[in-house]
Amino acid sequence: MMRRRECLAGLAAIAATGCASMAPSIGTGDLGVVVERASGRLAFVNTTSRTVLGEVDGLGDLSHASVVFSRDGANAYVFGRDGALSKVNLLTRRIEARVMQAGNSIGGAISQDGALVAAQNYTPGGVKVFDARTLALVADLPAEYAPGRLSRVVGLADLPGRRFIYALFDADQIWIADLADAARPVITKFENIGRQPYDALVTPDGRHYVAGLFGEDGLALIDLWQDKPVARRILAGYGRGEQPLPVYKMPHLRGWAVAGRQAYLPAIGRHEVLVVDTETWQQVARIPVAGQPVFVIARPDGRQVWVNFAVPDYHRVQVIDTLTQQVQRTLEPGRAVLHMEFTPRGEAVWISSRDNDRVSVIDTRSFATLAELKVDAPSGIFFTSRAARIGF
Amino acid sequence: MKPQAAIRTLSATTLALGVALAGAQGVDPARQAELVRVVRQDCGSCHGMRLTGGLGPALTREAMADKPVDSTVATIFHGRPGTPMPGWRLMLSEVEARWIAERLIAGFPEEPRR
Repeated sequence: MMRRRECLAGLAAIAATGCASMAPSIGTGDLGVVVERASGRLAFVNTTSRTVLGEVDGLGDLSHASVVFSRDGANAYVFGRDGALSKVNLLTRRIEARVMQAGNSIGGAISQDGALVAAQNYTPGGVKVFDARTLALVADLPAEYAPGRLSRVVGLADLPGRRFIYALFDADQIWIADLADAARPVITKFENIGRQPYDALVTPDGRHYVAGLFGEDGLALIDLWQDKPVARRILAGYGRGEQPLPVYKMPHLRGWAVAGRQAYLPAIGRHEVLVVDTETWQQVARIPVAGQPVFVIARPDGRQVWVNFAVPDYHRVQVIDTLTQQVQRTLEPGRAVLHMEFTPRGEAVWISSRDNDRVSVIDTRSFATLAELKVDAPSGIFFTSRAARIGF
Repeated sequence: MKPQAAIRTLSATTLALGVALAGAQGVDPARQAELVRVVRQDCGSCHGMRLTGGLGPALTREAMADKPVDSTVATIFHGRPGTPMPGWRLMLSEVEARWIAERLIAGFPEEPRR
């Protein structure tokens, strides 16, 4: 074990001297990280051996932490609630760079070419863009929607060509920042997109941006392939006439569920998953589920959609069969299920149970539990296969 | 005493004090521990695990200093229309909402290390 650690620590040095043949052959394709939210640590995991490889601590307040990966899958960029952005190397398992970039942060994105990392912040409301290699600040983009008024930023995602798209919760707007020339960012604004966008997603082809609205029944949609994109409302009034249920946790749209030509989206204030045709953007079904959906995520092949829930229903996970569009299975993998992540090709899903200090690895065909890993209050699970996906 | 041990002792003391204070208000110690966890972990998804704020406002002692108890209880119990703050009355009694409100204003207890 000791020898292995020394080898890993020596990797960078070996690479630097060009003696590639001496380096142990360690790829990053089956690596990942699990956020240990209560202790400010990140656990490193391997999805082939289904083991915890090690940990790194000192990452600060990781409640609601999220992660994006460098293109080579070797570096995880960790966005902490306390505004810290940390670059963590998965091979050396060390923090390579760290900046306190805001007072309160909610997540981030990495540019298509891997050169820029952007953080979305609540305080001060806006986006900051960093050099992915050094974490030097490249651009500061306050979400100033009226003189002196900054909006909390949600739904940040990468778009082709060093662009980032994001929604302004307090301003009912969506902005696109083009950093082709980082010294002179160009911002395109879409106004009156709908009340209180709370999160958003980019479809796997990078064409559509969909923002969920908290303040009204419906979502905002932008077709980014058009010369002059416009924001329009879809599924307006999907719950009209019904008394909304309390939302004890905001759904997350990132980690989209697009399966075939259907998109599966969490309803808000309803215990339902909405199914939308991505050709027409009309609703085609509403699937009743066990609680307020939080994550609605498609298995990579789109054959299943997995759903977890807000408190008090977060001991359950449901699996939707995308052919029948019905719940085919209800699992109870543990208490306080916070996140799910599929292995790169989806034969297994990793599920974090915060209150069991456990990550369960579940076979997505048989639903058998393949492994249980002890992880301290786990929340987000992030595998390096995200590095190759738009919107992750 | 190592600083960590001191903090642990302090948390235990704070918790014990909480227990003593609330005894008369009908929230038993086991439930108090649950409520501390609910606030830190579940309210924490919007307000931050350290209650420093997020989509919801900060709930630290400093942030709560000028907030009246009754309106805080009402916010917890009934929610705030027009904002994402839901009413928690399906999961809490009003007595429990008051217990939480009072502790938020006084500085909310930490969860004991598990």
